[in-house]
Amino acid sequence: MKILVCISHVPDTTSKINFIENDTQFDTNGVQFVINPYDEFSLTRAMWFKEKQGASVTVVNVGNATTEPTLRKALAIGADAAIRVNAAATDGLFVAKQLAEIVKNGEYDLVLTGRESIDYNGGMVPGMLASLVDFNFVNGCVGIEVDGTGVSLVREIDGGNETHASTLPMVVAGQKGIVEESDLRIPNMRGIMMARKKPLTVVEPLEIENATAAQSYEKPAPKGAVKLIDADNIDALIDLLHNEAKVI
Amino acid sequence: MSVLVFADSSEGKFKKSAFEVVSYGKRVAEQLGTTVAVVTINASDVSELYTYGAEKVLIVSNEQLKTFNAKGYTSVLQQAATAENASIVVLDSSINVLHVAPMLAVAMNAGYASNVVALPSEVAPFTIKRKAFSNKGFSNTVMNTENKIIGVAKNSYGVHENPVAGTSESFDVTLSESDFGVTSEKVEKASGKVTIADADSVVSAGRGLKGPENWGMIEELAEVLGAATACSKPVSDLGWRPHGEHVGQTGKPVASNLYIAIGISGAIQHLAGINASKVKVVINTDPEAPFFKAADYGIVGDAFEVIPVLIEKLKAFKAA
Ligand SMILES: Cc1cc2nc3c(=O)[nH]c(=O)nc-3n(C[C@H](O)[C@H](O)[C@H](O)COP(=O)(O)OP(=O)(O)OC[C@H]3O[C@@H](n4cnc5c(N)ncnc54)[C@H](O)[C@@H]3O)c2cc1C
Ligand SMILES: Nc1ncnc2c1ncn2[C@@H]1O[C@H](COP(=O)(O)O)[C@@H](O)[C@H]1O
Repeated sequence: MKILVCISHVPDTTSKINFIENDTQFDTNGVQFVINPYDEFSLTRAMWFKEKQGASVTVVNVGNATTEPTLRKALAIGADAAIRVNAAATDGLFVAKQLAEIVKNGEYDLVLTGRESIDYNGGMVPGMLASLVDFNFVNGCVGIEVDGTGVSLVREIDGGNETHASTLPMVVAGQKGIVEESDLRIPNMRGIMMARKKPLTVVEPLEIENATAAQSYEKPAPKGAVKLIDADNIDALIDLLHNEAKVI
Repeated sequence: MSVLVFADSSEGKFKKSAFEVVSYGKRVAEQLGTTVAVVTINASDVSELYTYGAEKVLIVSNEQLKTFNAKGYTSVLQQAATAENASIVVLDSSINVLHVAPMLAVAMNAGYASNVVALPSEVAPFTIKRKAFSNKGFSNTVMNTENKIIGVAKNSYGVHENPVAGTSESFDVTLSESDFGVTSEKVEKASGKVTIADADSVVSAGRGLKGPENWGMIEELAEVLGAATACSKPVSDLGWRPHGEHVGQTGKPVASNLYIAIGISGAIQHLAGINASKVKVVINTDPEAPFFKAADYGIVGDAFEVIPVLIEKLKAFKAA
């Protein structure tokens, strides 16, 4: 089985979000970038398929050269090869079309992604990619087993889970549950050394116009101070929630 | 050109988000000087939609779509958009619709803006405000494509009445075998429980609760309020509560009217996922807990003392 894991390069979850250039750009100053947390879960599941079922694992990112350390980290975790499509990722459809080209050329059986990127929170790329290459698609996956070309999947739904059956080739967007938190791996020294020798291929993008473009950014309006209520005066809380906030 | 809205239903019934997107779609149609049509799949009574401005309702009844099927739904929406000559499709942000929207974008060769929080600020160029950076920012996004898909963030625009004398008609769709490459085998759902996605109120608890055996009072509080229960990430990682209850940046998003956080410190990753909630109440023993900075109302106190009293007082309030 040939697996492709799509890796989005995003600000660490603790990042302070600021905008510069007249609020037209995200300020990357001092921001630590990481593998998108959802993608890390999917990558870890891919490593399981590699170790238990002999799959090969390639990781791919659409981004400029600054994303390479993130791809190297994925190699250090255990992916066999990496591909970087040399273009800034500024629109979901644009990224999906670039990835579709990689999928078509690489004859992958299973494409694993995250449910969404924690930067622009599009939740777009996986479904778009699946449609572009005409693969079966399951979103929000919390469990996947592959047997030959048969695939059994569990997807999170409102208030529960739904089990699906499908066949390869597929695109599957994962999240926590596809592996457990405790299964995530921190690259060790050996992994990091080996990653340096693994292939990281840079390919040039297709020329495609962006469907959408971020014109400017805003920060949320600052919040007023909290109203503290005495622990012995729960009646006051109920009164505020009823008469002031009007939520009960 | 017109605007098409998908009013999603579950077991025949519309959720609040369906009325929200119909309200939204009607206003966008007004901005553009055009009409709005609403498509429904296996909904039982569509007349409620007229209250929110649904001028025309397309009723799809299809046995094969009794269980959700992303490709089948995509196909229905595409056919409806073609029939209505719609270049704008408005959708909500439920789990199923989030599955369909990107596929529809490809089928219609449309740009897609998800997490949209307001009406278009301009229609030429079509500019729309969406949440980004896990609620830590907003982006004003220009959509360049002829066809556009707008995913409205839950509880961001609100439900607005705009009564019209609507009409409905049944709409026949053609599905092909290739729409069924993924089949539903089994659905497991806690019955009778309010889900985080649907809830107006959410009661959430963290590691401050000490252990799973102490969740009885959390569930009771939620029941009194008609709220869903949720938890912080470590609580689900520790197996005290199911995965599905984990909220935050890497868990489920919460955009309820009321969010009560009990024994949760308010780490940046937790706040990022719940910030879209309208009113936040924090109960924590530590007055320095970061959550107080993000809250509207706070009680510095021990959950084991405060919650039982809160439950009793709320019961009395509800009974009065
Ligand atoms: C990549 C990444 C992603 C993450 N994503 C998420 C996410 O999506 N959601 C999430 O929640 N976290 C997430 N986290 C974890 C986050 O950083 C915090 O560790 C977590 O939110 C803390 O959970 P907590 O508040 O329940 O526990 P703690 O931080 O341990 O806080 C417990 C709180 O309970 C209070 N307390 C103790 N006893 C009582 C009592 N008797 N009564 C009242 N209060 C009491 C304490 O004062 C304290 O403030 C993520 C972390 C990382 C690194
Ligand atoms: N620039 C990118 N390069 C590679 N994969 C991406 C990129 N952007 C998004 N993805 C994948 O698509 C998923 C959803 O991203 P998004 O649609 O941006 O929310 C991510 O979790 C990644 O797996």
